[in-house]
Amino acid sequence: MSEPETDAPPSRASTLFDLRTIIAVLFAVYGLVLLGIGLWGTDDAQRAKSGGTNLNLWTGLAMVVLAAVFVLWARLRPLRPPGDSG
Amino acid sequence: MSLLAATDLRLHPSAADYLLVAFYFVLVLAIGIAARRSISSSLDFLLSGRALPAWVTGLAFISANLGALELIGMAANGAQYGVPTAHYYWVGAIPAMVFLGLVMMPFYYGSKVRSVPEFLLRRFNKTTQRVNAVSFAVASVFIAGVNLYALGLVLEALLGWKLQVAIPIAAAVVLAYTFFGGLSAAIYNEVLQFFVIMALLIPLTVAGLNRVGGWDGLTDKVRGGAEQTSAWPGSQLTGIDSSTWSVIGIVFGLGFVLSFGYWTTNFAEVQRALSARSMSAARRTPLIGAFPKALIPLVIVIPGMVAAVLVPGLQALKDGQTSDVTYNNALPLLMKEVLPNGVLGVAIAGLLASFMAGMAANVSSFNTVFTYDLWQDWVRPGRPDGYYLRVARTVTVVGCVLAIGTASLASTSQNLMDYVQALFSFFNAPLFATFLLGLFWKRMTGTAGWTGLIAGTASAVLVDALSRSGAISLAGQGASFVGASAAFVVDIAVSVAVSLATAPRPEEELRGLVWSLTPRHERVEQAGEADRGWYRSPALLGGGVLALTAVMYGLFW
Repeated sequence: MSEPETDAPPSRASTLFDLRTIIAVLFAVYGLVLLGIGLWGTDDAQRAKSGGTNLNLWTGLAMVVLAAVFVLWARLRPLRPPGDSG
Repeated sequence: MSLLAATDLRLHPSAADYLLVAFYFVLVLAIGIAARRSISSSLDFLLSGRALPAWVTGLAFISANLGALELIGMAANGAQYGVPTAHYYWVGAIPAMVFLGLVMMPFYYGSKVRSVPEFLLRRFNKTTQRVNAVSFAVASVFIAGVNLYALGLVLEALLGWKLQVAIPIAAAVVLAYTFFGGLSAAIYNEVLQFFVIMALLIPLTVAGLNRVGGWDGLTDKVRGGAEQTSAWPGSQLTGIDSSTWSVIGIVFGLGFVLSFGYWTTNFAEVQRALSARSMSAARRTPLIGAFPKALIPLVIVIPGMVAAVLVPGLQALKDGQTSDVTYNNALPLLMKEVLPNGVLGVAIAGLLASFMAGMAANVSSFNTVFTYDLWQDWVRPGRPDGYYLRVARTVTVVGCVLAIGTASLASTSQNLMDYVQALFSFFNAPLFATFLLGLFWKRMTGTAGWTGLIAGTASAVLVDALSRSGAISLAGQGASFVGASAAFVVDIAVSVAVSLATAPRPEEELRGLVWSLTPRHERVEQAGEADRGWYRSPALLGGGVLALTAVMYGLFW
């Protein structure tokens, strides 16, 4: 097939930072803050809202795990420069 | 007035909540600024240089659809109609997404077009491209306005800001990152938004179900009868009393015409796949997005139903009494009811994220269609690329300003989903009919392309007008199902009639654009090194998500 003129030379958009790191940062910070609130800042009135469970604690824990998964993924499968598919 | 105390909509966030929201915004703007470095051409700005991996485009694909409109509107639907709302996610989305990935994407991605209107130019003619580009641009601005209005509602509830203040400020934030980082910033943020929105919805569902005593507690307490807790026949949702016709309305109107129209031809969605780095990644984009789509009703529809049980104002509404809240308030009301400070901050960030996801998708697809299809191919052709990059940035600003105007129109609708479904029936249903016929019938002519589109849209508008004036009475979203079906049938009829009366294009020009004229090896990609692995097979992913949807229907029959 002939190449239309829209085929720009290999673009620089592909050399963007690794998005997985940003997701990990967001959830590590959120997770730790929620864990802190869950351990020391959630009184019984707050717990009663969600039916007795400590929602902050469990959500925080899940977020820390998610952050760890993204760090692991980024470590195991690092970004390759574009065009280097071999 | 009712005897209920006035409902307090304010969420009363604590300092920690605000801190969590602020941190999210820092990351959003950081992505916009970081993405700016990667932009050197209009293709970088408008299509991310076609370089993104499939998991990124797949999550962005679903996130672009998870606007505040979707969250607020579907939670409202859940509160009002119950489980049948899930049809929008299952029959109303999954088959169409699989069809897009397996059947249509080879033509979109393989023809190297930069937009849906450009595909229509290659398959039909200039007039068809222009008709579609203009109607898409108009629809995008309207839907961006609906998203803005939905966010305005949230900010009004959260901070007590007036809509007139909240709406322009919200528009400015989206403008800030799409202006600098273009589609890359929009897509990267959409992926982040997907996770933040899940961090809103999952704890909300868990806490809500906890409060009402689990699923059994919910089915005991929900008002409106057994219809609310099973998917079929969904008569309350469609407004069609006859069970048989209600099911036909859902399967044909929603599942076939509206859904295929939206998912396979809406450029705000297709654009995410076009920015993928290979044919295989482009085909996997809607398929990867379909998995979360099939599961999301569990965390949107159920919270809506819980809200209708827990919040007195919504109970009153459901019992047919007057109330000082509307179904559109269901989601923020439930957040206030069940989320403790801390998770509440994350949830507010999630709501703001969903607003930005929806509006950024509209704005970034609007500026691509405007720049390439209306400006470069029509008004000012033949300028250097840098000129079009400047046009794209300017149009981004114009789109945001126009959306502020259309936001005030949206505020006149009682249920936002009714309004949006009506818009989709106008534009997407006829477009899908034209695509389907054009893809599989090589005889279809260029003139048939645009006459079919105009006739289809006109008939959907007619159905809407008749329904509003009361000449035909369909409650709920039945009117847009009927309107979409009418648009589809009229489009096909007009296209066939006009095609038979006009001369077809030579077959050699249609290679790669029509199924029967495209050899199989051009439709199926040669998998590159990065696309190997059995789990990356599009057919397997497509089959898997259809099976998942069947299981979901089994659970909620």
